[in-house]
Amino acid sequence: MKSPLRSSRRAPGEPRAIGYLYILPALAVYAAFLLYPFGQSVWLSLLHWDGLNAATWAGLDNYGDLFTDPALRAPFVHALVLLIFYAALPVAIGLLLAAVMSRFRVRGMTFFRTVLFLPQVLAMVVVGVTWRSILAPDGMLNDVLNLVGLDSLSRAWLGDENWALPAVGVVGTWVETGLCMVLFLAGAQRIPRELYEAARIDGAGAVREFFTVTLPGLRAEIAVALTLTIVAGLRNFDLIYITTSGGPGNATSVPAYEVYHRAFETNQVGSAAAVGVALTVVIFVLTVTVSRLVEGRRS
Amino acid sequence: MGLPCTGMHRRRRSGRTRVLPVALAAGLALLAAGCVPGTDGSLAGKGASGGATAVPDPADAGNVTLTVWDQEVRGGTNGELEELNREFEKKYPNVRIKRVARSFSDLKTTLKLAISGNNPPDVVQANQGYPDMVAFVQAGLLTPLDNYAGIYDWNTRYPNTLLNLNRVSADGKFFGTGRLYGISQTGEFVGIYYNKDVLDKAGLEPPETWQDFTDSLATLKKRGELPVQFGNLDKYPAIHTFGVLQDQLGAEDTRDTVLGRGSGFANDHTEEAAATLADWAKRGYLPKGANGLGYDDAWKKFADGQGAYLISGTWLQADLKKPMGDKLGLIPPPPAKSGGAPVTTGGQGLSWSVTSRSKHPEVAAAYLDFITSEHAADVMTKHGVLPAVPGKAAARLDPESTEGQMVAGWKRLNAADGLVPYLDYATPTFYDTTSQSLQKLISGDLSPGDFAAALQKDYGAFMKKQRAGKR
Repeated sequence: MKSPLRSSRRAPGEPRAIGYLYILPALAVYAAFLLYPFGQSVWLSLLHWDGLNAATWAGLDNYGDLFTDPALRAPFVHALVLLIFYAALPVAIGLLLAAVMSRFRVRGMTFFRTVLFLPQVLAMVVVGVTWRSILAPDGMLNDVLNLVGLDSLSRAWLGDENWALPAVGVVGTWVETGLCMVLFLAGAQRIPRELYEAARIDGAGAVREFFTVTLPGLRAEIAVALTLTIVAGLRNFDLIYITTSGGPGNATSVPAYEVYHRAFETNQVGSAAAVGVALTVVIFVLTVTVSRLVEGRRS
Repeated sequence: MGLPCTGMHRRRRSGRTRVLPVALAAGLALLAAGCVPGTDGSLAGKGASGGATAVPDPADAGNVTLTVWDQEVRGGTNGELEELNREFEKKYPNVRIKRVARSFSDLKTTLKLAISGNNPPDVVQANQGYPDMVAFVQAGLLTPLDNYAGIYDWNTRYPNTLLNLNRVSADGKFFGTGRLYGISQTGEFVGIYYNKDVLDKAGLEPPETWQDFTDSLATLKKRGELPVQFGNLDKYPAIHTFGVLQDQLGAEDTRDTVLGRGSGFANDHTEEAAATLADWAKRGYLPKGANGLGYDDAWKKFADGQGAYLISGTWLQADLKKPMGDKLGLIPPPPAKSGGAPVTTGGQGLSWSVTSRSKHPEVAAAYLDFITSEHAADVMTKHGVLPAVPGKAAARLDPESTEGQMVAGWKRLNAADGLVPYLDYATPTFYDTTSQSLQKLISGDLSPGDFAAALQKDYGAFMKKQRAGKR
């Protein structure tokens, strides 16, 4: 990313505009398959359309509904709650695991790394079906709880108004933690050993070492991990579709599911497009913020 | 990655240089605006008139490929339909049937795009009610079949109650009345499956009256058996259970309400039925955490011997019969008085309809007639499927077998005019409203009064819109 820029600055003989010629093929594909459809979605979001008959102009009505209609506001709130499980927890756990693993030599490390990364390899549908049975009223989780005498805690996790969202969130944590850990382990290996030695000579303990050497050294990886997990959390569709279909009530409805539901099931294409566009904006804002705050800040 | 100077370059790059690409992208995106195909209503068809006057002969149609989209992917219906398709092709060697079979929800999500495209299938299975069938008719995408109904005597073959469910008014606003837009192959009703072993062990007989049934729930519970197996994670099963309870108290009014001319949902029978369901959940007549149990998991548990009753549709008969054999029994919800007229939620399978842009509407109509004929009914019976109009083979079934019970129950319901359409037909958003409210009712988060009010809010708003003549 850096070198073409530098050369365009530093080589006065070359016309700058030529850069656009280089990216033209990629841009054309990007425009045809992403920008153009996105423009169509924006247009649709300004209409009332059932997908079949002539549409009527809605102006910003569909967007106004996002703020006033509780049935549309809720999915966005749920998505933000899910970010704790999809982004914050996996990054925190991943950091912890990476810190421990880089400090102690663990026997069979490759094995554990593979096991922890495995959820990433599985199709989300498989993950959903598996967890649906684990979280069922007579599923594995409740069996274990009953076994250790915690009967009072066991419940129908996916059918409980208050617990369904965290239950789905934990699945997200399970999936994303492996990715974060592998990213951080790779990053930690490239932190110079000398820095750790220096820290130890200065009398730093494990905690101090983590905060002064490991954490700053992993800043770029944290940014990548946060970006990937935030995007994964916000566009979460398959898991919800498989496990709860947004229920019970609408306790686990998320924007991506709402787009599908409105466009294909209740013939509200305009409203679906507005949710989609709003989701795009939220993802864009959050990822730009992350790359600014985490990646861009100098210590 | 990881080099400390990355940030510096990012910073410097901002400003002037970034404006151009962003402007380019925005420009391109805006170019797309205003040319989304279909938003001008061009996807809508003219709505063919279906002006046949004599029995069409597909043999005269030349070489025809008939594209059929259906959702009969379950064991029994799939087998029955494959056999009928083969027979139709044998009868008319010039016709080839190109069958596209998808699961119900897959069909539902892709059908709209398929039939509004340039090359739509000839025959499709459309779900009755506002979101699908009425929307398609409104857009002129289906052919009215009244003429064919006359030519092929469908009007006498089928009871009016069943045909009405496939009717949409000429202005495309109401369903249940007006022109005929399809014909259904199979019958469906929500009945009470029972496990003979479990009832025996509790010293109970299959219930003959509604009172017998509700009394037996308490008896079973006391003996430590699960009275009613039930899983509502998939949201819709409770609509069937609730429908059965509501029909006991006010079948007539509920049917009128679904068809847009009843008193609605803010009434005693809705509230009382909701209170009963909530009470069942509280007393443990339903499994604990039913909202977290899948529908398929629930009926498999029932087949496994967990639970005395299962309140569900006839579509499960073949699947339950296989593991349970003679232990399985099936009755319509028992009437208030022994031998009285039963009522329940039910109707018929998805409607088989002809698209308005089909190039061979006459062949399509002949196909519809073929798969709903008396012979077809016998083929369905052979495959364990309940035909909308049972034929000779159904009459020969052992009345003690589940299949025999199913057909007998269906005949009794039809004779008594005891079928109430699925509640989710009532408004375009009623599936969501009802299924979500029922989940909350069962978990105790919604009182029966608030439940009725939530349903009425959706229903009342839609009725007001309908009356105002606005779409």
